[in-house]
Amino acid sequence: MFDKEKLGQIKEAREKWENGVSKTISKQPERKAAFKTSSGVEIKRLYTPEDVADLDYNDRLSCPGEYPYTRGVQSTMYRGKFWTMRQYAGFATAEESNKRYKYLLEQGQTGLSVAFDLPTQIGYDSDHALSEGEVGKVGVAIDSLKDMEILFDGIPLDKVSTSMTINAPASVLLAMYIAVGEKQGVSSEQLSGTIQNDILKEYIARGTYIFPVEPSMRLITNIFEYCSQQVPKWNTISISGYHIREAGSTAAQEVAFTLADGIAYVEAAVKAGLDVDDFAPRLSFFFNSHNDLLEEVSKFRAARRLWAKIMKERFHAKSVKSMMLRFHTQTGGSTLTAQQPDNNIVRVAIQTLAAVLGGTQSLHTNSKDEALALPTEDAVRIALRTQQIVAYESGVTETIDPLAGSYYIESLTDQIEGLAAAYIKKIDELGGAAKAIEKGYIQKEIQDSAYAYQKEIESGDRVVVGMNKFQVKEAAPKGLLRVDPVVGELQKKKLEALRAERDNQKVEAALEALRNAAKSDDNLMPYILDAVRAYGTLGEICGVLRNVFGEYQQSIIL
Amino acid sequence: MDIKAGLLNNNKRAAARLITMLENGIEEALDIIKECYHLTGHARIVGITGPPGAGKSTVTDKLAKALRKEGLTVGIIAVDPTSPFTGGAILGDRVRMSDLSTDPGVFIRSMGTRGALGGLSKAAHGAVKVLDIFGMDYIFIETVGVGQSEVDIVKLADTVIMVMVPGLGDDIQAIKAGIMEIGDVFAVNKSDRDGAERTAAEIEAMLDFNKQEDYRPSVVNLIARDNVGVDKLLEAIENHRAYLDASGRYRSRKRDSLRTEVIEIFKENVIRSVARLEEDTNVLEELTESVLERRIDPYTAAARLMDSFTENGV
Amino acid sequence: MERPIRVVVAKPGLDGHDRGAKVVARALRDAGMEVIYTGLRQTPEQIVETAIQEDADCVAMSILSGAHNHLFPKVVQLLKEKEAEDILVVGGGVIPEDDIPGLLEAGISAIFTPGTPTTVTIDFIRENIRKK
Repeated sequence: MFDKEKLGQIKEAREKWENGVSKTISKQPERKAAFKTSSGVEIKRLYTPEDVADLDYNDRLSCPGEYPYTRGVQSTMYRGKFWTMRQYAGFATAEESNKRYKYLLEQGQTGLSVAFDLPTQIGYDSDHALSEGEVGKVGVAIDSLKDMEILFDGIPLDKVSTSMTINAPASVLLAMYIAVGEKQGVSSEQLSGTIQNDILKEYIARGTYIFPVEPSMRLITNIFEYCSQQVPKWNTISISGYHIREAGSTAAQEVAFTLADGIAYVEAAVKAGLDVDDFAPRLSFFFNSHNDLLEEVSKFRAARRLWAKIMKERFHAKSVKSMMLRFHTQTGGSTLTAQQPDNNIVRVAIQTLAAVLGGTQSLHTNSKDEALALPTEDAVRIALRTQQIVAYESGVTETIDPLAGSYYIESLTDQIEGLAAAYIKKIDELGGAAKAIEKGYIQKEIQDSAYAYQKEIESGDRVVVGMNKFQVKEAAPKGLLRVDPVVGELQKKKLEALRAERDNQKVEAALEALRNAAKSDDNLMPYILDAVRAYGTLGEICGVLRNVFGEYQQSIIL
Repeated sequence: MDIKAGLLNNNKRAAARLITMLENGIEEALDIIKECYHLTGHARIVGITGPPGAGKSTVTDKLAKALRKEGLTVGIIAVDPTSPFTGGAILGDRVRMSDLSTDPGVFIRSMGTRGALGGLSKAAHGAVKVLDIFGMDYIFIETVGVGQSEVDIVKLADTVIMVMVPGLGDDIQAIKAGIMEIGDVFAVNKSDRDGAERTAAEIEAMLDFNKQEDYRPSVVNLIARDNVGVDKLLEAIENHRAYLDASGRYRSRKRDSLRTEVIEIFKENVIRSVARLEEDTNVLEELTESVLERRIDPYTAAARLMDSFTENGV
Repeated sequence: MERPIRVVVAKPGLDGHDRGAKVVARALRDAGMEVIYTGLRQTPEQIVETAIQEDADCVAMSILSGAHNHLFPKVVQLLKEKEAEDILVVGGGVIPEDDIPGLLEAGISAIFTPGTPTTVTIDFIRENIRKK
């Protein structure tokens, strides 16, 4: 961006300055011997035009909405419209969650995001022995289409976009959503939303897997195929780095392992005979946003550029939509402290800025009390207001990618991209993401980072305000949200009633058809949809698939 | 807790405690073993070894389940390395055997190598005896087949299964040197992977080279995760046992292993006696000093140490 | 001779967040303990059987899903039934302050909430095993 002569002069001036600084430091050393980002990138004292001397603007940055999308996937970004403000919510019964959704929509939220309880996420009905104590705890309990009808009661599915955090049984919950649409008179072509549907990161970091790798990948490609024909506005997967980061990875690892998972999905779908441009435009991503503002912004930009290159050069995508990395962001749950929880509001504000400056398409902001329990209504409102303040008051939305051209940001964007690309190369050598997971490689890399981070905190090398420095004595927080333990009993009763009133022969027939299909190469979506329509329960449907596919065994390397 | 009574009355807690005591070298534990030794000799002891990542725990898990179906009881001793720096260990083999935990006919014990020379071998021998007295029909000892101490442990097995996987490349060469020979049965796990045939062929070639007169180890293809080939593996174990019995090798193998054990215990006792003698007399220190000053040689010193043993009636 | 302390580190229930459990497992190992790691989705029955067969000095559990009031006391109760109540039981995870007195009452010896240094957990285990 600068000519050679100018660069020479800049270098000279910088060196002169460095000499002066050395003298200062010899009298008074800097705060730390070395400054590093979470990804281990050494941070220089000063960045200058020398650091971006080789940056080819058109090749590496280009304009927003243009390849390689470093500056954003839309041409107008937030001047056109803000990101979707989407708070993840759901707890207890479908009735209570329905109330919370309506409240959030009234408060100006623009999309729904459904949290399911653990039994639902692992494909067990509420009356299963392993569901004991877990029903309705971390999300809403859904056992059958009945619950889903209640969950979206009075919410027109053609008017709202819904994101569902569901992975192993994603096909079943999507089928239920389609069936609710049918009952509302909304056709599947009109539905818009996202299912997480990202099983690889469940094996890596989040733990709510059911089936082994191969049948899981089949279910995912079945969904890709079905949706490309029947639910064209649906985001069929949300390839998630969020949980990888929560498990303790660095920013660069978050990008690397997420994109490596993405590569595995694309490869699986291509192998199943799908055309890359038929499904890739519906792939979406999900990242974390932490406190290291500038590293995070660089991370989002690096991820976009790297994915665009992968889609174009590795998979020979032709449609520009296939190359665009669109992503949802959630602020970092693991950055919140149980100590002095009000401080979390400030952390979330910084993380919100990072996500917005990084060009996110939608955002969930965490509530200040999430290190303690499920968020209360008040805490959720503050979190939503934080997004609104950044959107309407901060001014960062008025121009596109405002940090571009910063010597530091551009240099860090390059370095994170480089680190991530090196990891992807290593994973390719191991035979791809699924193999690397089976070998425990990815998990081990993340655990090493998590353990190093913990040691830094305990040694005091890393300060977390209110936790290992600036502590105060504080009283136990009051008014936390609690899920009434009767929810489990309530769901059991509902199930009992359902099994008594539905046409059990019809359910049996649908489950039998699904079993046979699972053993064949058929796309399973139509069979699952039939079973759902007949009010087969989630546990019954997943039970049939468990029988045919078996269950995943975790790889542990510590 | 009356450990002996518990041990004889199917109390897992008592058996578990006794293993800990043996592991920690507590004398009273030996007394219990002595009193109950006549009850040992019932269990079939199977060693399972192989390189890291071969799926040994999964193989053990599936074998145990197959045996349980036949109504047989199973003890499992799973050995993982101890960190040489901290003395701690993460013992993670149970992860693959979760649903065996609550089976009343199964007892699983994880063990760290704990670094001490021969210490693990002693502890594992002890644990095998406890589980044998406890009445287990089968006892599996699972170790990573990379070091000599692990080899020593599996040597006390009647049958040693060597678990291999395709695609280890040069690792197989490294393992061949000295360790492959202890396999009585070879299992090629994950045999749906590329290179399985080559791995099996390499093992066969190695077996051709190390020909025994009357027994050739079988090579079994396995996909333990999906429970494929487990019955064949069990059959191979049975065949090996039948061969041992028919050829009279079972008795000679046991005799060898017991002789080694007696010698090991004897050596250890002598060393302990030296330590005790030293507390009273300082003989060893004085002899060492003499050797250091070249007044006598180490051989003479050792002979004199032996003499002072007899004099002191040790 | 100093014997290594044996600790069962377990994830009861369906919660898959094992970052904390794994970090604690490593820290205990680095403090010279033998850690028996059980993996995810353990029932109280499995945890108790594991603790008994492994002759553990301590059972350390982590739950982030909110099922602690149900699962932690269940483990203590089963240990009692098996006459193994001398095994120390500690818990960690996202656990509201208000729940802690009830859990202590139920026989869990300590609850470590987010932000607890691993050294605190290590010291607590060292000082409290086999003293109940």
